[in-house]
Formats: sequence, C-alpha cells, structure tokens
Amino acid sequence: MIDGRSVTVEAGATVAAALLNDGVTAFRTSVAGEPRGPLCAMGVCFECRVKIDGVPHRRACLEPCVPGQRIETGG
Amino acid sequence: MAERIETDVAVVGAGPAGVAAACRAAECGARVVLVDENPRPGGQIWRHGAAAAIPAAARAWLARLQRSGARLVMGAAVVDAAPEAWLLVEQGGHCLRIEARQLVLATGARELFLPFPGWTLPNVMGVGAAQALLKSGVSFRGREVVVAGSGPLLLPVAAALAAAGARLRLVAEQAPAADVRRFAAGLWRQPGKLALAARYRAGFLRTPYRTGVWIAAARGDGRLQQVTLTDGRATWSMACDLLCCAHGLVPNLELPRLLRCGLAQGAVAVDEQQRTSLAAVYCAGEPTGVGGVERALVEGEIAGLAAADQPAEAGLRARRARLRRFAAALRAAFRPRDELRRLADPRTLVCRCEDVALSRLQPGWGMRQAKLVTRTGMGPCQGRICGPALEFLFGWEPDTVRPPLKPVALSILGEEP
Amino acid sequence: MGAGIVGAACAEALAREGLRVLVLESAFAGGGATAAAMGHLVVMDDSEPQFALTAWSRRLWTELASELSPECEDDPCGTFWLAADEVELALVQRKAAFYRNRGVAVDVLSASELALAEPQLRPGLAGALYVPGDRVVYPPSAARWLLARAANYGAQLREGCTVRSLGPRRVETDAGRIETDCVVNAAGAGAARLMPGLPIEPRKGHLVITDRYPGFVRHELVELGYLKSAHTLNKESVAFNVQPRATGQILVGSSREFAGWDAALNPPLRARMLARAFEYLPALRSLHALRSWTGFRPATPDKLPLIGPWEPGLFVAAGHEGLGITTAPASGRLLADLVVGRTPGLDPAPYAPTRAMPAPG
Repeated sequence: MIDGRSVTVEAGATVAAALLNDGVTAFRTSVAGEPRGPLCAMGVCFECRVKIDGVPHRRACLEPCVPGQRIETGG
Repeated sequence: MAERIETDVAVVGAGPAGVAAACRAAECGARVVLVDENPRPGGQIWRHGAAAAIPAAARAWLARLQRSGARLVMGAAVVDAAPEAWLLVEQGGHCLRIEARQLVLATGARELFLPFPGWTLPNVMGVGAAQALLKSGVSFRGREVVVAGSGPLLLPVAAALAAAGARLRLVAEQAPAADVRRFAAGLWRQPGKLALAARYRAGFLRTPYRTGVWIAAARGDGRLQQVTLTDGRATWSMACDLLCCAHGLVPNLELPRLLRCGLAQGAVAVDEQQRTSLAAVYCAGEPTGVGGVERALVEGEIAGLAAADQPAEAGLRARRARLRRFAAALRAAFRPRDELRRLADPRTLVCRCEDVALSRLQPGWGMRQAKLVTRTGMGPCQGRICGPALEFLFGWEPDTVRPPLKPVALSILGEEP
Repeated sequence: MGAGIVGAACAEALAREGLRVLVLESAFAGGGATAAAMGHLVVMDDSEPQFALTAWSRRLWTELASELSPECEDDPCGTFWLAADEVELALVQRKAAFYRNRGVAVDVLSASELALAEPQLRPGLAGALYVPGDRVVYPPSAARWLLARAANYGAQLREGCTVRSLGPRRVETDAGRIETDCVVNAAGAGAARLMPGLPIEPRKGHLVITDRYPGFVRHELVELGYLKSAHTLNKESVAFNVQPRATGQILVGSSREFAGWDAALNPPLRARMLARAFEYLPALRSLHALRSWTGFRPATPDKLPLIGPWEPGLFVAAGHEGLGITTAPASGRLLADLVVGRTPGLDPAPYAPTRAMPAPG
C-alpha cells in the first residue's frame, strides 16, 4: 500500500523501486518544504526516507517490499 | 546483553575487496567474519538481486566465498568501534559485538555529488544510483534521460539504461576531450578494457557522448523537467525527466577515521601488506584510494593474507602496482574541473538534510564551525553528502567522526558492550 | 580570553559599560563546552549562592528572550523534576517550598497530571516539580548573539588567536603582546592552562541526539537524582536529563566523569546513561540516535564558578560546570560590576576566585 493505494510489485523489489514505478517522485518533504526523492540509492543520503508500517525515517532504497506493507510518503 | 562473536579476522564490507580478503584469510585457516549492511555480499558494484546479473568473475568470487568457510553476517551495519577491541554492529534491531584479532576495512566508496542549481529536484540522482535502482527493480522504460558527470561509470550505466528502454538523450563527461582521449590512448596496454568501453558505447550508439560538457542547472516544477548544459562557452537546455549525475567516487572513511587510522591525500595510508597505522587493522579497496574493482580485489587478497599472517604472492603485488598506476591515471583524467566549483548560486542548497544554502556558508569557516552555525552536516547523513562537496568547494576537512556511524535505535547504543 | 558563552556574556556586559573590549579566541566563537552543552536555562537549589546566580541569570535570559535571534531557538518549555516514588515526591515538596520562598514560580504535578503532560514517561512515576520559567536555548547561537551585541557596543573579536601566556594587564599571543587595563580569563575548561593555580578541572559528559521526532517530549525532563550525580566527585555517574530541541530532535544526557582531556567516547558509560533514560522514557529505545559526543564541563571543587579578581588587572570568569549557559548573563554582569568597581548585583564572596576550596577526595 502506497499512501492508501494498493500496488503490485515484482518479488525482490525495494520500496524505492515500488514507489518510483508507481510514479511517486516525492518520497519525503525537506526541512524547508521541498519535495525530495532518492539521490544515492545506496543508503547514504537519507533523501528516500518514508514511513513504513508506522515507523518513520526508513530508507526506501534499502527496504525490500513485503506483502501487506503500508508505505506513507511526504513526511 | 549484546551477542558476542569472537573471531580471528573481521572484514567490514562485502564488496570485491572484502570478499577477496575474507576468501584468502579463511582459506588460510583463519576464522573469518564478513560483515555488510546489504542483504547479500557483492557491495555496490556486484549488486545482484531482483533484476540484476553480474559478471562471471563476480559470480566466481561469490561462489568461492561460500566455499571458503568465512562466516557471513549480512544486513549488519557497524555503528561504533574501538581499536584493538570490538565492533558494535546492528543487525535486524539487535546488537552484536564482534571481537577480532585483526580487522580488514573494506568499506568501499560512495558517489561524489557537487551542488548545482536544481540538484535537489526529484528525479535528479547519481549515476551509480541509477544502476542500483535498475537492479532493484525500477523501470526506466520511456524515460527521457541525461547521464552526466565524470568517470568511466557513465558508460556502463548509460548502456544499461538504454538497454532498459530509456530514451537516452545525452551522455556528458565533464573532463576535457584531450584528457579523455589521452586516457583512452593509454588503454592500449589493456585491450580488454578498451573493448569493454567500446561495447558499452555501442550500447547507446544513437546517443551523443560529449566530453568537456557538464550540467549547469536543473529545472522543474516539483520534479525535473529540463536540464541546462554548458561547455564553458555556450549553454543550452534540454527537456528531460531523469538526470543521472555524479562525479566519480569518494571513499567511505568514516570507520577508518573513527578508529584513528592515519590518512594520506584523503585516503587511508597503508603499507605493503595493506596494514594501516594501527597494527591490527588492514584496509583494502576504495578507502585506500578510489581505483576500481580489480585493484580492490588484489588489495583485498593481500590484506586477507596479511591478516592471516601469510605473505602475498609476488604476482599479486606486481598486479597491485600496475592497477594502482592505472587508478591514478583514471583519477587524474576524470578529476572534477575547476568550473564545477562555481555552479552553485547563493540559493543552491549545499546541505540537503538541513536545507542550508550556499549563501549561509562562509568559505573561511571549516566544517565544524559551519555545523554549529548553520546545522550543515547535522542531519541523518552526518555530512556524507555535503562534506565531500564542501571539501571540493572550500577545501574543508571533514569534522571528527561521531558514532553511531549510521542512525540506529538508541537501544543498540544502550546495550552494555 | 575565550569566546564561549561566558566570555561572550562578559564581553557584552563590559562593552555595554563603555569599556573597550577585545575578545581573543583560539578557535572560533562558541566552539568549546558551549557547543557540547545542552543549553538548559534552569534555576538550581543546590546551594544559596548557586540559587542566587541561576535565578538572577534566568531572569536576564528571560528579559533577552524577545530580542534573541531565531537561531538561538529560545524555548520557554520549563523543567519537570521527576519524582519516581513517594520518597522523591516528598523531596519535590521540599524543593517546591525552597523555590516558592525565594519567589520562583513552581507547580507540583500529580502522577496523572504528569502523565497527561508527558505521555511518553513510563507509568508509575509519582509526580513532578514543574518550573515553568525555565527555558532552553541553542548555546553556540546564543554565544554568537551576545558577541554581536558586544560588537554593537564596540567590542572586537579575534578568532584563531592563541594566547601563549597572560598576567595582570598583559597577554602574549602568537601575534605579539597586548597591554591592557584588565585581563579576563573566560577560557572555560582550559582556564587553568594559562593560570596553573586555578582550581578548574575538565569534567567530561556524554550526550546523544536523535533524529526528528517532534512532540515526543515537550519539556526539559530531569530526574531528582541529578544533583547526586553532579556531587559524586570521584566516580563516573549518570543522571536522566532529556530535552526537546526546536528541530524535534531529542537530546539525551547526562554523564559525569573525570578523564583528563581524553575526549574519546566511553561506550559503557554512554550505555549506562541511555539505560537510565530508558527507565523514564521507554519508547526512547526505538528512536534513532544520529550522533553522540562528549564535552568538558569546567569543574571546581565546590561546584561554584570563579567570577572576580585573581589579582589587580587579572580577573577570572570560568568554572561553571554544568551551568555555564544558565549563568552566563549574570556572570557577565557580576564581572562587569567587579571590574568597574561598583557594588555587585549579588554578594560576590562565594564566587571569589581566590576563595579557599575544599580539600580533594
């Protein structure tokens, strides 16, 4: 689930892949209110943070997709 | 209580250098633990997963690793360390303490991002980043893509994107044409590399590959829509919805610096055995100087052997010397040009975690003062993105490393080590 | 000498008197203990002189609040002194009486009121003393703000200037000698380096800061046993002390140890400090730590700062232990009173740098 929408992904995809394939470009909102998406895709930059199953600050590029996951963007 | 693992050799980082070190040390009979943050060994360059194949040599090394007897601790990040004592590792929300007689640091590298107006727009990402996303299942079919920046990584990534159905509009290498030509000419000694480069180039033949060209700005409303390019004289714009731009690699030095390993020229200083300034700590691969997969493998082998108290074969040392020369030539040819220091305008953000614009930073400060005055480097990435950029822009040395090396639940630090 | 929070406050107070002030700083302003500090502005009841200084100073901070720049992150969040059980609740009542008798507004919170005000605290705490007038600031910015004010009165700041030696009315820097009417040693934990007789030792403390979790706690939270930790002179000790920052990050302290000038983190002590914090805020366990660091509090044997003349032409304003940020403005005023020769705002004797100190151990 991405922001309440149900989405199907390939097995083994990361949450970042699921979001990008779904057309989501703004994963989070910066301190000054800008939309941000993945920059480094290897867990270093922290720009791809989303809330997964209620837990904030999780790096989408490192998280594997799991059936039933709830992903919330824009935090 | 943290789980304790006691071993002869702990290798941090399961990219090529770490894999090679773990193999050689284990094959000599040492008890070896290999630690990596990713779910599978291979690091960045040998990332394999949902949609990725890796070269035969990589598969061979990974198979050798499985046979070697080294203990793999995957999905595990080193968050703190004490020299000659222990590594504090977080794995799946639990705390592990690894005590090893010898340590091999093979922490790899990350991309160098130099700020330019609009670089924070969604759909502006790194070059290796695009490759990593491809491998983790992202579809780039039909995207209008520009690949830009520095270094040989532009070629395989451009080819991979083209093969994945992206509409690759341009590949722009900032290095001057003369430097790139000279470097390519120097590859006659390594026909294999030349052939590889040609194969990559053939993968995006319909796309121009231009040297001496770099990104001046990115524009768009909430996401990338257009890039502006320049060759230092003319500027022109191009519609695009994905920009892959990075300027080579910077070594991951956080763990070596935390341990107080001596540095030289921005890399970990090592001797002939890949030993650092700390007697029981070795370092191999990108952290000793960015230099590619083959050099990382050779250094890894030498470090693994040394950690197991075995000498390195003469052939290994000779190969290392050759590969180091090649790496130095590569770094020189593709070094970021001076004009890249002047791309950012006063409103361009330098610290993305804390949204600090260039205008708020005074060149004479230094990283520590910038942190305290503007919060630059105080966000989750702890200066990993803005730090190298500021070193390029102003010559600022990185500030002291403060653990945890990556954000980790307080409960991990709260366990009695 | 010294552009930390105390040096900055002294510069401001002296410049405001019309004196020509030059501040010499070896690194950059606000980079020492000031940068490591929590920035908690708190009235303390450990002793009458400590109360007098912290109460006066908190009043001064409160008067400044509307003028401080946004970077100072002034937050009138107040302090909750937490009572873990009925025994501590009785101590809370005594503490309340102490403050009330001296004109400091306090409120005693019941267990249910406390739980409502700070839902992340573990159930079962007995209550708390709420001191609504306490505040929080971001110390490096506050120090720079004070220096800017001093500059408005004509003070000058020389950063990157190392003082090699000093004495009455003179300072030797690496750029030459400076003759003056009055030297003020406000060099914090390092004050004794240039004046070996000063009874100031570095007392190391740990801090950990988290990622942004806005609203996790709303007030500065301190355990009643905090003062016990401040008193244990020869051992390592920890005490629960947690602060919400303007960014939504949570700052977790506190620890004390004497380790010379070794700034290296002490992981077992840091773990003890965190474990203590988890006892009060169980959900703290799952918040992400971004960074941990140490700092050196300038500690004196009797827990009071040195503010005043050492000998004619040489003054000291240092040794504030964990209350440097709190007591900076009052220290500046007191020092300026003494330099100028007017009757000081409070009895200076307890802070006299030349006073007799208790024997060590």
